[in-house]
Amino acid sequence: MRIMASMFISFKRIIKASGRSFGRNKGLAIVNIFIMVMMLSVITSLFFFNHISQFLILSIQARVDISAHFRFETLEQDIREIKEKIANMDGVEDVEYVSQEQALKDFIKRHQDDPVLMESLNVLGFNPFLSSLNIRAAGPVYYQAIAKFLETEPIKEFIEKVDYKETKPAIERIFALTANLNRVGIGLVAILAIMAVLIVFNTIRLAIYSSREEIKIQRLVGATNWFIRGPFLVQGMMIGVFAALICLSFFALGSWLISPRLELLLPGLNIFSFFIKNIWLIFLIQISIGIGLGMISSFLATRSYLKV
Amino acid sequence: MIKFQNVSKIYPPDIKAVDNVSFEVGSKEFVSIIGRSGAGKTTLLKLLLAEEKPNQGRIFLNDQDICRFKSTKVSELRRKIGAVFQDYKLIPSKTTYENIAYIMEVIGVSDFEITRDVAGVLEIVGLTERANSFPAELSGGERQRVAIARALIHRPEVILADEPLGNLDPYHALDITRLLLKINTLGTTVILVTHNKNIINSLGKRVITLQDGKVIRDEQNGRFIL
Repeated sequence: MRIMASMFISFKRIIKASGRSFGRNKGLAIVNIFIMVMMLSVITSLFFFNHISQFLILSIQARVDISAHFRFETLEQDIREIKEKIANMDGVEDVEYVSQEQALKDFIKRHQDDPVLMESLNVLGFNPFLSSLNIRAAGPVYYQAIAKFLETEPIKEFIEKVDYKETKPAIERIFALTANLNRVGIGLVAILAIMAVLIVFNTIRLAIYSSREEIKIQRLVGATNWFIRGPFLVQGMMIGVFAALICLSFFALGSWLISPRLELLLPGLNIFSFFIKNIWLIFLIQISIGIGLGMISSFLATRSYLKV
Repeated sequence: MIKFQNVSKIYPPDIKAVDNVSFEVGSKEFVSIIGRSGAGKTTLLKLLLAEEKPNQGRIFLNDQDICRFKSTKVSELRRKIGAVFQDYKLIPSKTTYENIAYIMEVIGVSDFEITRDVAGVLEIVGLTERANSFPAELSGGERQRVAIARALIHRPEVILADEPLGNLDPYHALDITRLLLKINTLGTTVILVTHNKNIINSLGKRVITLQDGKVIRDEQNGRFIL
């Protein structure tokens, strides 16, 4: 009981000393918070960057699909059977049947304001469109299997052409490009994040360096290592909390301002709603990195001066 | 209570600050250590505070070999000793009041006792008006008095005072000497290092004289002879 009371008194004194020191060294504290905000911003950007690149990849993946066009004489019954088989294949997300009539309707709907095209259609006198199956796969790796299936007998006989083969190099290029962009982007931000972490560590270390004489004196009058270190750790923690709160506010404001403009560029991407949806996760990442780094830096920086 | 047993301290490359020193200081004793500058007086005190480790010999406090103490035990040892350092060693970011209260906070004394005792000791050393001043705002003499107040406040078993009278006017020097004597009569061991001839001669207490790191004289009712 007595030990608990004494621990409580020590804890209270450490907190009080931290608050006092924080208040007396406002300039230094502000610099530390500023550097920490920078570092947390870089790391939070990594989180946003990942979301945006995922969005880009998904939207490209959603756009690339295989269109199998069937010969005029193919019966709807046969096409529906093939559709069933494809739908049951691994990695197939969606198969859509577009009949000749539907294809014509879609064409007319799309080009009804173009008199030249409409007139050409009239002159032709018949529906030139083929029935087709639009197949969307979960990823590029499945396209090969789907293409092979479409080339097997007797399915091959029904098929006029498959669009996949024509667009395959383009699809592969896009995938390679997005994957590389993603890798380079994440790599760059990761390097920046490491640099930011080192800068924060050094800033806190310099701040504590100026207190090295004070730490030695505290040791000489009989203070325990934890009693000396405590206020520095709490101050490191306070820097982390303040920096996380400031950084969160910046990102809230920033994403709210940028979101409408970015949505014009990339329809469907709303980074403000992404921010709101993940606000607790973002805050958790920021505050845990902020507090963790603040405390670890303080711990390591005080270590060498405590050897008196 | 305190025992130096064949203690030597050599600083690189080969400066013998303390050379094979042996002596004992009993409980409740008042001992003055004198010697020219560089005789090894401060090193002796540093060794007793475990700030330095001897190259040879052993140092005992209450029959415990302090040279073998680990970090936590060293803190405990230092809390038993009230030290007045030659260069004061006041915490620059703390006020006079906070500097004196710090050691009591470390020990875990209640806030009530801290407030009461710090106010009392500030009055004794005549610094009540300077309670909220930082060390940089104090004169040399005032800093010295804060250092003395800090060494006394927690009623340590031993007081090590390294030149505590150096920056004081005769009036304050006499006052602090009287205070040290009074604390000694109340049961605290006092080790005083000073160059103040008049004070040493008027004390009529044990005097250890150091020269080139060696004890050359150790007398009860000693006088200041160099």
